[in-house]
Amino acid sequence: MSDTTSAPSRISDAFWRQPTILLLLLVTPPLLWLGIVYLGSLFALLAQSFFSIDEFTGLVRYEFTLKTYAELLRASNFDILIRTIVMASAVTIASAIIAFPIAYYAARYARGRWKAVFYLGIMLPLWSSYLVKVYSWKLILAKEGILNWFFETLYLSWILEAYLAIPVVGGNSLSVSWTGTFLVFVYVWLPFMILPVQAALERVPPSMLEASGDLGASSGQTLRHVILPLALPGIIAGSIFTFSLTMGDYIIPQIVGTSARMIGQAVYQFQGTAGNIPLAAAFAVVPIFVMGIYLTLAKRAGAFDAL
Amino acid sequence: MNLDIAEGEFFALLGPSGSGKTTCLRLIAGFEQPTSGSVVIFGEDATRVPPYRRPVNTVFQDYALFPHLNILDNVAYGLMVRGEKKAARRQASEEALSLVALAGFGGRKPSELSGGQRQRVALARALVLKPKVLLLDEPLGALDLKLREQMQTELKALQRRLGITFIFVTHDQGEALSMADRVAVFDRGHIQQIGAPQNVYDRPETPFVADFVGSSNVLPAHLVAQLIGETAPASLRPEQIHLTSADGKLSGKVIGSAFLGAATRLELDVEGNSLSVLLPKAASVPELDSTVHLTWDKDALHVMRGPDV
Amino acid sequence: MHSKATLGLKVAAMCGLLFLHLPILLIFVYAFTTEDKSYQWPPPGLTLQWFGVTWNRPDVWEALGLSLRVAAISTVIAMVLGTLCAAAVARFRFFGRETISLLVILPIALPGIITGISLRSAFNIADIPFSFWTIVLGHATFCIVVVYNNAVARFRRTSSSLVEASMDLGATYFQTLRFVIMPNIATALLAGGMLAFALSFDEVIVTTFTAGQQQTLPIWMLEELVRPRQRPVTNVVALLVVLVTFVPILAAYYLTRGTETVAGQGK
Repeated sequence: MSDTTSAPSRISDAFWRQPTILLLLLVTPPLLWLGIVYLGSLFALLAQSFFSIDEFTGLVRYEFTLKTYAELLRASNFDILIRTIVMASAVTIASAIIAFPIAYYAARYARGRWKAVFYLGIMLPLWSSYLVKVYSWKLILAKEGILNWFFETLYLSWILEAYLAIPVVGGNSLSVSWTGTFLVFVYVWLPFMILPVQAALERVPPSMLEASGDLGASSGQTLRHVILPLALPGIIAGSIFTFSLTMGDYIIPQIVGTSARMIGQAVYQFQGTAGNIPLAAAFAVVPIFVMGIYLTLAKRAGAFDAL
Repeated sequence: MNLDIAEGEFFALLGPSGSGKTTCLRLIAGFEQPTSGSVVIFGEDATRVPPYRRPVNTVFQDYALFPHLNILDNVAYGLMVRGEKKAARRQASEEALSLVALAGFGGRKPSELSGGQRQRVALARALVLKPKVLLLDEPLGALDLKLREQMQTELKALQRRLGITFIFVTHDQGEALSMADRVAVFDRGHIQQIGAPQNVYDRPETPFVADFVGSSNVLPAHLVAQLIGETAPASLRPEQIHLTSADGKLSGKVIGSAFLGAATRLELDVEGNSLSVLLPKAASVPELDSTVHLTWDKDALHVMRGPDV
Repeated sequence: MHSKATLGLKVAAMCGLLFLHLPILLIFVYAFTTEDKSYQWPPPGLTLQWFGVTWNRPDVWEALGLSLRVAAISTVIAMVLGTLCAAAVARFRFFGRETISLLVILPIALPGIITGISLRSAFNIADIPFSFWTIVLGHATFCIVVVYNNAVARFRRTSSSLVEASMDLGATYFQTLRFVIMPNIATALLAGGMLAFALSFDEVIVTTFTAGQQQTLPIWMLEELVRPRQRPVTNVVALLVVLVTFVPILAAYYLTRGTETVAGQGK
């Protein structure tokens, strides 16, 4: 039997008699860190958004005002919000469409070695460097890059030119167009969509699909009425990532895209070169707000079980 | 509630799931602490003593073998944390393993053993510490029927040989009755009855015990009053009821019968109460909807005066 | 259900995988190109010359050193905090338990720019000058969740009766921690640590807000992307970054392979 007098032994006894002590010891350090560093910072941000900038001195006036939020509604700023939300939605929908077959194949058919191939095939792009991924698209979309070369070699350059002539989505070249920005977003966030969809599909028992076929459904009907509804929580879970990440990104549209800004860039520029921290803060509150609504809706749809 | 368990006894805590029998065991082991009351082990108050200082060891329902250690190290674990020398540990563990007929298995991992073998390892791991009391939480629940019966015999023999107290939690009344010296029957957090298996079986004190232990018939108080003039429910075992010609003590209508192999069970409707009767194989089985007359020995009807009545 | 996939599904799935990998593979080719002014495809020639040039660039070495130091320290902090949090959430039922798991996930559920600008505002208000430690503060915060996810999954899989069995056999809390809990969660912690390291090593969005004048490797790359100086060096660094991040990811995969929850699913 263990020695009853040594310090570790006495502390151990105290843990047993009063488990709350142990719980507090476990939970206090992470809670202090996240509470002070993270929540504290979020509150600092929120506080900043209620200050304003003095137009004459350019200094922050530390008085409560809603003026900064009103500025968000100015046409040029409001455009930024709308543009960002449209882009985030488009990226989310495209990711879901591309992700589904990969996730479905990986969940339902990949076995043994192929399972590992699919697993790593999704994990490695997910975890490999974000900047390198963006950079690789700069290489692909550049005028002298591989994509143009591909179209030229096949004598199809006219297709590309016709596409670039379309207003809004087109531009001088793909690397300075909205299409370019969109492609890179889809590429970079795609793994975040695949994984939750795959997780949701893996929980569908094969017998359920057999039952659907047994009851006379064609494979198309089974897909529409059985598989898609069951994959939906996974798609919603994935969309939380693709939507949120697109909304907050400022690097991709800066490197591949037009000069029109998105929320991330606005935040970055207002706090940096413009020195207007209150407006940057107010811009940053928009994604928090949108994500708050999104998460509430997603929670109701049961998406968190698929995370 | 109060529960006294004697030294060297094979004691069973019997009850359906959620009846409090496992909580009772966990209180004795020290995994849970009572909000009031006390746990006394061999005259010493253990209420505030942590599990690692109690002279009590447990065989868990899921065996709880350490997956990262081999069988020998699993068995030697208690001796290791106690600070025993390696050679002594090894010798004692190998002895304990041969006690449960697993000599030579020391080098394997728990995942390489069958359910029955894991169960024996769990037993050896607890016994190697020479506890004064061994707690067993549904230890046979995960085994198949044949293995379970074999282990029942072995456990009983082991307990007799070692002479230490076994406290055994089970929801299987057959297991409790066949193995235990005494049984405590639990229901909804209360002990309904404590006694020797024969006694609990023949003389249930509450309707719950009558029904749970061996599915006895429970006759409602008004029927008992009509029969023997006492206003209390009574138990009447199905196998102690006989069919008789016209002048029976009760009569009822046959509403069902089931062939059980060694016997046939009749379901009767007696003045709105359902009653089962076990007919020996040789007896002729009355037809459905026919009326039968029943009788029994005077002692068979047992009036219940337990706390729950 | 026919157990064979239709051709259409197979092709779509394979194309999807190729879409995920071809751009990264392209980086491998560009690192060897002889062309140094543009992104010309196909490369006019192949050379190993740029690896030598990169080797002799002190700014790359400095950025790499800073990134490794930040990643190492952030990982250690995240491992301690993430494990403590996972132990509390997996082993206890208490008021606010759900809130804690939400709080841990929040730094990666919200866009990185929010975490970044929040920290910057806080440093501003509290008058904290930018330093190595301000970078670490941010990185450790969003790395906690990676360790937490791995640890909590393992804690849940490890039966709570193991801890009870250990104490029943005479081990104190500390002995149980050393002889039972640690051996059972070690690989999950290591995998979580690897992923946290990879996450920190690669992070750029939060870092731009918390770094001041210091350059981590991703910040160095970002500078090169926005204002290219010597493209071939960037190509080589990009290739090296890909290879360096693959190591911890593969290690984490092999550490947790065969368990119910394979590491890395929640970045």
